Amino acid sequence: MISSALGVWNYWVVFLLMMIGLFLVIGRQNFLKKIVGLTIFQTSVFLLYITFGKIKGGTPPILNNINETIYSNPLPHVLILTAIVVGVATTALGLSLVLRINSEYGSIEEEDISAQDLVDYHDQIETSKTVSIKFKK
Amino acid sequence: MTDIIIKNLPILVVLCPLMMSLFVVLIPNTFISWIVTLFTTLITFIFSLLLYQEVYQYSSISYALGNWIPPLGIEYVIDKVSIIPIIIITLISFLTTFFASKIMPAEINNSSISKVYSLWLLAIAGLIGLVTTGDAFNLFVFLEISSLASVALVAMGAQKDKQALVAAYNYLILGAVGATFYVIGVGLLYGITGTLNLADLSSRITEINDNRALVAGFGFMIVGIMVKAAVFPLHIWLPRAYAYAPSAVSVLLAATATKASLYILARILFSVFDISDTLITLTLTYVILPLSIIAMFAGTIMAIYEKDIKRLLAHSSIAQIGYITLAFAIGTKASVAAGFIHMFNHALIKGALFMAITSMSFYLNKRMTINTLSGLGRAMPITFSCFVICSLSLAGVPLTAGFISKLYIIKASISAEGVWIALLILASSALSVIYLWKMIEAMWFHEGPKDLVIKENPTVYIALLMITFLNIYFGLDASIVVNSSFEAADQLLGVQK
Repeated sequence: MISSALGVWNYWVVFLLMMIGLFLVIGRQNFLKKIVGLTIFQTSVFLLYITFGKIKGGTPPILNNINETIYSNPLPHVLILTAIVVGVATTALGLSLVLRINSEYGSIEEEDISAQDLVDYHDQIETSKTVSIKFKK
Repeated sequence: MTDIIIKNLPILVVLCPLMMSLFVVLIPNTFISWIVTLFTTLITFIFSLLLYQEVYQYSSISYALGNWIPPLGIEYVIDKVSIIPIIIITLISFLTTFFASKIMPAEINNSSISKVYSLWLLAIAGLIGLVTTGDAFNLFVFLEISSLASVALVAMGAQKDKQALVAAYNYLILGAVGATFYVIGVGLLYGITGTLNLADLSSRITEINDNRALVAGFGFMIVGIMVKAAVFPLHIWLPRAYAYAPSAVSVLLAATATKASLYILARILFSVFDISDTLITLTLTYVILPLSIIAMFAGTIMAIYEKDIKRLLAHSSIAQIGYITLAFAIGTKASVAAGFIHMFNHALIKGALFMAITSMSFYLNKRMTINTLSGLGRAMPITFSCFVICSLSLAGVPLTAGFISKLYIIKASISAEGVWIALLILASSALSVIYLWKMIEAMWFHEGPKDLVIKENPTVYIALLMITFLNIYFGLDASIVVNSSFEAADQLLGVQK
């Protein structure tokens, strides 16, 4: 039982990274840390795909005229090249948004930002009345 | 020449906006970049109409990308099902681009307008690609193209209101998590079956029974797509993203973005997996059906208490997505067809409502809330009449498009599940009248400011008139929509039911 569970240790690594990443995305209030979590989460998926494609004792898929060669499947690796590009684009866009948020709000903590937003929202709705408590910096 | 175009239509309909988006970014003049964008969306719309004709001639078109024979290479499949979202996306994007001519410069600096149009085309290309592709991983790439472009578009609203940045950020994070879930699902299915082609995948899945990885993969895929489609508990990103995006972008996203994902949801549920499978039946009855019913009421009630108009419409979108998923969840041929009918009609209705609100905020040059609506009905008779007609359509009053879709959903639910679902749908529609009336009351009966004089501009209201006309036209003669939806449901569900 234990040996069979340890035999697939690479899946355990993927699983652990996936949970760490997802926890950071959900649990952290800091916008930058959320992006770090997202990157870890995506990386765990890359590892999952790469693990699928690798066979024990497999060689790169180049024909070598030896009959009983075991070839690794190259397709998951190619897919992950694409996914890495997508992940880089997502991270870049996310980081640039965080920069802009920081310059507009002066903070990247979710609590500060939602407090400021709440004030703005009520200002817009009740144009005649003023909100008594101001959280503004 | 025409022969080559006809043969390559499935790829042209994606490539046309994709390539033009690279070109548009180079144009410095705002007016010329608008003309080019309009022309591109028009061409794409014509291509999709040609495709419609082709599909009804051959029933299904398969296009092998780079001549790699599927299932080895990437395949683009256009059949009677996928043509419906393609028509929706291209039609709405053309009308919205037409509408954006005056709206866009009012909200965005002249220097960044051509970049916005470039992102605009990129988002459209991503959405069309999402629908045309027959390859599970290619689908993920298009999912990300469209969502990254839409995030950047939403963030452009920051020139007017800084909250757009936070809205875009939340959209990005949730969208990326959703897409990654989808990739995990695809990975697990690939691990079991060894194929990425959706058609091939479905035939190999039927050979496998009782595999736990298959169930896990299915779950990941469905949850990922449900985030993108904003199905009830996963809708958190939607109201803010629609409310703080630049107005023209709100119109485009509200009418098209979730429709493509809903189509993918239907495709995975009914075509990749098999409807007769217990896994699917259980998912439909115990997950999607209850969530849709909650969505119908939660979205409507949130809309009733909302004061910001764009957010109100976004909340109502969540309820309408609930109707569509409800129709899918019932799972008979008639109900799936009803889901597609409502998908088409809701794109028209929500597009029109957002356009009307956008034109009002364009003239007043401020955000629309319940208070700022006062007196606008008398000041802007044309926009107001369009708004009222489309509100009636949303509530499902006879002679409008909304009535047709509600009628078919209710008919299908009565014949499949009994009266109780129909009663719930009627109750939710009745509740939606409350928020619609709240807006109309403010516009017509409330006294506006004394100095409120607005001269309506034809360039702004022509697109609104066109889309309102479509709302009435498809309410009077719905045969085209109804027939193609039933054909689509036939093809999607196969012959077993």
